[in-house]
Amino acid sequence: MPMLDLEFMRLAFGAGIVVGLLAPAVGFFLVQRRLSLVGDGIGHVAFAGVALGYLLNLPLVLTALVVSVTGGLSIEWIRSRRRTAGDQALALIFYTGIAGGVVLVSAAGALNVNLFQFLFGSILTVTRGDLAVIAALGACALAAIALLYRPLVAVVVDEEGARVAGLPVSALNALTVALAAVTIALSMRIVGILLIAALMVLPVIAASRIAWSMRSTILLGMGIGLGSVLAGITIAYYADLPPGGTTVLVAAAVVLAAEVWSAVRG
Amino acid sequence: MHGVSFAYGHTPLVLRDVDLEVQRGEFVAIAGPNGGGKTTLVRLVVGLEQPTSGRIELLVRKVGYLPQRAQAGIDAPVTVRELVNTGRASRTRLLGPLSGTDRNAVREAIDRVALTSQADRRLSTLSGGQQQRAFIAKALAAEPELLVLDEPTTGVDVEAQDTIAALLERLRGELGMTILYVSHEFGAVERFVERIVLVRGGIVFDGPPSALPDVWHDPSHAHA
Ligand SMILES: Nc1ncnc2c1ncn2[C@@H]1O[C@H](COP(=O)(O)OP(=O)(O)O)[C@@H](O)[C@H]1O
Ligand SMILES: [Mg+2]
Repeated sequence: MPMLDLEFMRLAFGAGIVVGLLAPAVGFFLVQRRLSLVGDGIGHVAFAGVALGYLLNLPLVLTALVVSVTGGLSIEWIRSRRRTAGDQALALIFYTGIAGGVVLVSAAGALNVNLFQFLFGSILTVTRGDLAVIAALGACALAAIALLYRPLVAVVVDEEGARVAGLPVSALNALTVALAAVTIALSMRIVGILLIAALMVLPVIAASRIAWSMRSTILLGMGIGLGSVLAGITIAYYADLPPGGTTVLVAAAVVLAAEVWSAVRG
Repeated sequence: MHGVSFAYGHTPLVLRDVDLEVQRGEFVAIAGPNGGGKTTLVRLVVGLEQPTSGRIELLVRKVGYLPQRAQAGIDAPVTVRELVNTGRASRTRLLGPLSGTDRNAVREAIDRVALTSQADRRLSTLSGGQQQRAFIAKALAAEPELLVLDEPTTGVDVEAQDTIAALLERLRGELGMTILYVSHEFGAVERFVERIVLVRGGIVFDGPPSALPDVWHDPSHAHA
């Protein structure tokens, strides 16, 4: 394939493979715990992190990482302490994130140039340094999920039962949100912060229509995520479109196909 | 439990001055009207709530707990075996896969509730009664000394209620398990328990079913 002769495409595919596998694996736990919205919220917060990176002239993946993990953990902290006010607290953090981001980005004089890339992804912007960070942190995140798979599932199926069993439920919840924040920061370059939550959620929805167990849902979701990103980047390259948009449209098409398949099967 | 009172936040007391002592191997039914405080009482027992005043002493270490309407919260694509696996958490290490011993305990728990032939089916494809039995197997996988079940027969047909009742009676007989069984209706439990605790803002009756005053046989009309 001629597109693989290009360095930037190899970098984009490299990042895409990590993101395509990681996003649904983390998203699975958000979806099952009905926290999909939290993924969206952290994306908004990550935007402020990107803006901060511009302003301070630091690596954007790193500032986004720090800000989104901090934001995610704050959201989880508020959610766990004040169940009833969870919605309002989330709204406050989401909108502060996006508003803060816009103000910081324009203060850094980068409002027109780079904004679009971070909102919807770009195949041109992954650097070698980015790929190293994405691969290393992505591998750590996947390893954490594999090692803690049983307790994470225990919290999903029965949070109070897990508490009675003596599992560190609050720590596991914080870990889930931290993993979501890491995933979002790593995915930002390829999928963009406005669409990353979709890549965490849609492959899981498609997989749960077809799968026969929890484990098969996660693995199938990761496969669908990977396929969507690879197809999305390829389409983006040939049609000169933002890869976040093409990736999420592919994933949405898979959801539709899975719905039809499960309806036909009965 | 000694002189336990409890309120959620700054609301009025839900339970007032509760004294309750349960012996090893006892099968106790906790009954009373909706909103009487049964769920609150067992949440205190398993440590999900802390008493506002008084103290609770638990002399057993392994507790199996089936929350009220546990199955209602499940739309995860979980199989029976995957669900029961999670019940093993308190008996095994945090990281990595289950050991052979753990998997045997899971198989045995599934067998006890007679779901072996459905073990690898998705929970959502089973009947309400089967789902409740799967949750009981999850609690059993921890090999508990105390089993706490909050309304395990709600929304389950009469035949399945009898199956569950017989299962619990057998567990107590064969494994010497202590069982706290919460129900808001007497019908199913009265036949096989030796002690009923009636909860309505506190304990308003504690004794054998035969000693239960007639006016309380329909707990929705109970007068404290
Ligand atoms: N999380 C909660 N916060 C505030 N009040 C509660 C909560 N849970 C239960 N209550 C109140 O406590 C009382 C007892 O409820 P509960 O223990 O669920 O009774 P039961 O299980 O007997 O139906 C009810 O008045 C209920 O409204
Ligand atoms: Mg109740």
